[in-house]
Amino acid sequence: MNWIPIILTLKLSLITTLILFVLALPLAYWLSVTSSKIKAIVETLVSMPLVLPPTVLGFYLLLAFSPQNTFGAWLDQWLGLKFVFTFHGLVLASCLYSLPFMVHPLQSGLSSLPSSITEAAIMHGKSKFTILRKVLLPNIKPSVLTALVLTFAHTMGEFGVVLMIGGNISGKTKVASIAVYDEVEALNYGMANQYSLILIGLSFLTLLMVYLFNGGFFKQYLK
Amino acid sequence: MIDLRLRKVLESDNTKMVLDLNLQFKKGQFITLYGESGSGKTSTLRLISGLMKPDSGHLSIGQQCWFDEDKKINLAPSKRKIGFVFQDYALFPNMTVKENLFFALSDKTDQGTIEELVQMMDLGDLQNRKPESLSGGQKQRVALARALVGKPEILLLDEPLSALDYKMRYKLQKYILKIHQRYKLTTILVSHDIGEIIKLSDLVFELENGKIARQGSPAELFGLGSTSAKFQFTGEIIQIESEDVLVIVTLLVGNDLVKVVCDKEEAKQFYLGDKVLVGSKAFNPIIKKI
Repeated sequence: MNWIPIILTLKLSLITTLILFVLALPLAYWLSVTSSKIKAIVETLVSMPLVLPPTVLGFYLLLAFSPQNTFGAWLDQWLGLKFVFTFHGLVLASCLYSLPFMVHPLQSGLSSLPSSITEAAIMHGKSKFTILRKVLLPNIKPSVLTALVLTFAHTMGEFGVVLMIGGNISGKTKVASIAVYDEVEALNYGMANQYSLILIGLSFLTLLMVYLFNGGFFKQYLK
Repeated sequence: MIDLRLRKVLESDNTKMVLDLNLQFKKGQFITLYGESGSGKTSTLRLISGLMKPDSGHLSIGQQCWFDEDKKINLAPSKRKIGFVFQDYALFPNMTVKENLFFALSDKTDQGTIEELVQMMDLGDLQNRKPESLSGGQKQRVALARALVGKPEILLLDEPLSALDYKMRYKLQKYILKIHQRYKLTTILVSHDIGEIIKLSDLVFELENGKIARQGSPAELFGLGSTSAKFQFTGEIIQIESEDVLVIVTLLVGNDLVKVVCDKEEAKQFYLGDKVLVGSKAFNPIIKKI
């Protein structure tokens, strides 16, 4: 059994989750308070990956970052960044693809808090960052956990977008979901079965965590 | 002297109201904003606090200018020395009572302020409790204490007692008066409980559709002193019954039900829910120790 695809999957999911949390939090906060006219457009863009075939997203990413392309060549030359068929590319694609899974729970959590608690903190001269860290986030813990776990789990289950931009390079871009496909193509059903079972187990456990936590199961131990 | 001349167009769900305020009052006074729901009372507090930006006008407290459209002055809410008590209390649910107070403290070494407020508002036993486990009156006391942590000069109270029962209101009114006097605050209260207003305030502004309709002392506004009654209370009509030639009107005065007899002609002007003044002048009331 080759464990590298599994480890690669976990690494990709973890990095994607961390990056997305930092990037999506300000976006979710903005969406929860703004009455701007472009809000609907931003919300639509954020939700697009939910309905778009992953291959479409992967295809355009592939085109944009291809070294034959001006933008891709510029990135490579000036910043030394290669996104096509690299792990970096996988992270970037995953961040775009899992964006709604991070933004939506955070946004609905933040919207559920009364605006008066933010205003009370403003009256005491607290900065936006302090308010977010000390007042808002601690009061939406279930939403934060849901966002983190859903993003992690969803990235684990990615296939189309990863295949398009990452290809199938062992040890670099061959994550577990692609390994399953690869083994099936090679008529190696035993291996495909092993990868699949591990993915099922991991997905079950991560989701179970959320439901147990948000259902108050851990409360009796944490008190 | 506090000089407030502010204008703001308020828009919500297709309704548009122009808030056009012109208020002057002295420092240290207890002011009440009175008026129907939607007349602009809460928005007035938000304009004063800086949480809402006026469209135009001027706001100054003594020599200090807080807002001036012409001079492009708009002081940040936290620089205005204001304590704001929100209608829903706005306590931070994730923090204990003590943490709520401590969070509001800008100079973290100044523990004395918190200790004094804890004592003053009788919060000693509640310090380590979370807001969700407190009663309405207790939450209100915490909210009052937290608003005072920053040593404000002006205290804004947005219908702080409307969700409480009579007994609790009475108790909290005493706390509010106590802190108003103790810290020499200028207090601005939003309320539509006439009894409460008469008890607490020096000056009342009545708002109607975003404008000041009337202003004056509570006695002037609510008709006290216009009769030569020996004793009088305000109450609310909760029942009107006809009995032969007379009408019996049942009033709620404070916590007590009082029945008053009047003739049919007189009763025509009364409706259920009316706020009325009940007094007596024909005989001397007797008081006895109980």
